[in-house]
Amino acid sequence: MRLLFLVSGVSSIVIVCLILLFLLKDGLPFLARYSFWSFVTGTTWAPIAIAAEFGLLPILAGTLTVTAIAIAIGLPVGVGAALYLSEAAASWERELVKPFIEVLAGIPSVVMGFFGYVVLGQVVRSIFGAPVEHNALTGGIILALMAIPTIVTISEDAMRSVPKTFREGSLALGASRWETAWRVTLPASASGVTAATMLGLGRAVGETMAVLMCTGNAPVIPTGVLQPIRTMTATIASEMGEVPYGSTHYHALFMVGAVLFVLTLAINTAARKLIGRFHFRGR
Amino acid sequence: MANAGATQDTGASRFDLIGRAGRNANKPEQHKAGRVKIRVENLSFRYGKNTALRNISLEILEHRVTALIGPSGCGKSTFLRCLNRMNDIIEDTRMEGRILLDGQDVALPAADVVELRRKVGMVFQKPNPFPKSIFENVAYGPRINGIRNRTELAGIVEHSLRQAALWDEVHHDLKKPGTSLSGGQQQRLCIARALAVRPDVLLMDEPTSALDPIATAKIEELIDRLEEEYTIVIVTHNMQQAARVSDFTGFFYLGELIEEGPTEKLFTAPDRKQTEDYITGRFG
Amino acid sequence: MSRKSATQFIAFWLLRLVCYTVVAATGYIILDIAAKGWPHLSWEFLTAMPRNRMSAGGIWPAIVGTLYLVLLTIALAFPLGVGAAIYLGEYARAGRLTRTIRLAIANLAGVPSVVFGLFGLGVFVIFFNFGTSLLASAFTLAMMILPVIITASEEALRAVPQGFREGSFALGATKWPTVRRSVLPYALPGMLTGSILSVSRVAGETAPVLLTGAALSAAMPESVFDQIMILPYHLFILATNMYPSQVYVPLAYSTALVLLLVVLGLNGVAIAIRYVVRRKHSF
Repeated sequence: MRLLFLVSGVSSIVIVCLILLFLLKDGLPFLARYSFWSFVTGTTWAPIAIAAEFGLLPILAGTLTVTAIAIAIGLPVGVGAALYLSEAAASWERELVKPFIEVLAGIPSVVMGFFGYVVLGQVVRSIFGAPVEHNALTGGIILALMAIPTIVTISEDAMRSVPKTFREGSLALGASRWETAWRVTLPASASGVTAATMLGLGRAVGETMAVLMCTGNAPVIPTGVLQPIRTMTATIASEMGEVPYGSTHYHALFMVGAVLFVLTLAINTAARKLIGRFHFRGR
Repeated sequence: MANAGATQDTGASRFDLIGRAGRNANKPEQHKAGRVKIRVENLSFRYGKNTALRNISLEILEHRVTALIGPSGCGKSTFLRCLNRMNDIIEDTRMEGRILLDGQDVALPAADVVELRRKVGMVFQKPNPFPKSIFENVAYGPRINGIRNRTELAGIVEHSLRQAALWDEVHHDLKKPGTSLSGGQQQRLCIARALAVRPDVLLMDEPTSALDPIATAKIEELIDRLEEEYTIVIVTHNMQQAARVSDFTGFFYLGELIEEGPTEKLFTAPDRKQTEDYITGRFG
Repeated sequence: MSRKSATQFIAFWLLRLVCYTVVAATGYIILDIAAKGWPHLSWEFLTAMPRNRMSAGGIWPAIVGTLYLVLLTIALAFPLGVGAAIYLGEYARAGRLTRTIRLAIANLAGVPSVVFGLFGLGVFVIFFNFGTSLLASAFTLAMMILPVIITASEEALRAVPQGFREGSFALGATKWPTVRRSVLPYALPGMLTGSILSVSRVAGETAPVLLTGAALSAAMPESVFDQIMILPYHLFILATNMYPSQVYVPLAYSTALVLLLVVLGLNGVAIAIRYVVRRKHSF
């Protein structure tokens, strides 16, 4: 029996290796037909043009732009909500708010994308005067909403594990609850909060359907947040359906997948290292 | 002199007061009454349904050390925490009675608790320096009181660390984390931190129970010196410590103040039998 | 009011605002979909086949497709995940292999869904020659939810008191009978919770299925090698690819509502099980 379970356990290692393997197997042939340099520095992604170009920069910029917006909104909102729940809210408030956060976390990305597509886009256009409804900002806001549950939950966890004696020490010195929260609890939970943000970041980078529906699908390097863009994930999802097997385009998409894999791997590894640290610190 | 044959724990009702008297040789006025700093009137306190304190009335005199003794669970720590309203942060508690600090009732709901805690500082049983540098630990109090000037802060930090007898040991590297110090040093850091806001009163909740004897002795020495500038109330389960360090002692039992008075009297000729039983180790 | 309490008042109110904005946003999204999706929801909508290029009729095939996908996925993932969890929790010794397995699981959890789609495409659709099919999608999604099942199952195993195992060993039983009789029955509810949560995730996933098995409009699947319609993809198509939008968007709303009910309903069931189990088996 032990062998059976051992095999099950080892299967996860096998799967990760297989993912990497197949990404490379179907991605590397791209580099045989297209120069790596042109790939990473090219500013045009036009795979079905007569003279096809596969420049990574526009879709990389798209991913980075929409992710940056998501974190710019999600970080203060998420940490602020976590700080409120941990330091200022009554226990009945926590019981009330937690289910909402869980529901938000459970909404499928295609439904979030749908909401952004039909509702939020119009709001963004009317408030910010965007030329098109579906742009980086719309996508960024939806992504922020999707990352916020992760940020709130893990940050709040980090804040609650700050030892009570620190708070007591601060209050006994004549600090108000707010001063204590801002000057003692928040700094003490910094590594946990950072980890939470990075996990939220990882989620945003890997998100597909929501950005596919909300960002306008223009693989162009944006000049502002109200421009339509396209992310790497959306590129793979929307183009793979029409691509002939074995073509350069096909391999190019696998190459983009490999880039995504490495990027999210790096972010999540860094986040995990930080979580390891804050679990040790919270004596 | 301790009786030959008496064990250290139970101790006779006569303690070695000679050493203490020696220390206080320069302060012959200590046992006489001074100005009242805190007057507690009919204080009662409840956690939920349990009454932890019953009708306590007590006077804390200025520039004296008052010790609160009693068996565990008798309410002495609860009482201490009432004095700076730290019990407010616990849910479902009720406090009745008056606590007059310099004549003002700080037990009133309308009282400024934040200002109270600046005037009445606290040192906890287990040292709790913030996860910040030594400098930032001591500077925390002044900072939240609006002092931003770097030079001024540095001056306050040095003064407080000197008062807490820690300056010589740490001044070469104030950027070290407060948590990297030894237990005894951490407690002195917490004392410095409390002193940095220039309180009038210092409350100490079993400040040496987590420390080794050498660190304990250092802190008792410190208390002796601080007495000149501050009013000190110390909760301790160690009767010898109370006898060594305090001018006045209050004996708590099951939430009531059984007896209080000059330390020498309480330990040599207590009025109440319960007090004598506790001191001679018949219970507790 | 002193300056400190004024600052605290403002600060806490700002945090309160931030926290309840998240609550309000969640509520708004749910209400919007419920309000606009409810009118078209009917028994016919749920059980009829789509007609007239999906502008009339119902979404029955998508519901069926989602159901089949979910069942097949969990049938594949549950044994593998629980087996790995049993290995890690009951058999594994601290060492490099165990650490590598854990690392693999953590990394697997961070891979974007669309990259899983590429993996599924390369391995199951092409290499194993399943073609774009229910089977390929199920295998792909099973790999994707494996970390969730392993983590939840491990936690469930850890919650079983060590005393149960020791009692069994003391009676002379060996490892597997001990696990089978004295540990698994008590861990099962927790494992079930984890599985239901992953099932709800599978129901909402689009990108991986897009690349491995979904079809725009398919007939009812007759074998595992057929393509399927799934709710999330159906929603995506109705919302973004069909015109005129006045006709299709309301249908999209109803589809979104159905999907939301399925996903949140499953989450609710999982939480209910967790709650009941915690109260019954307070170890």
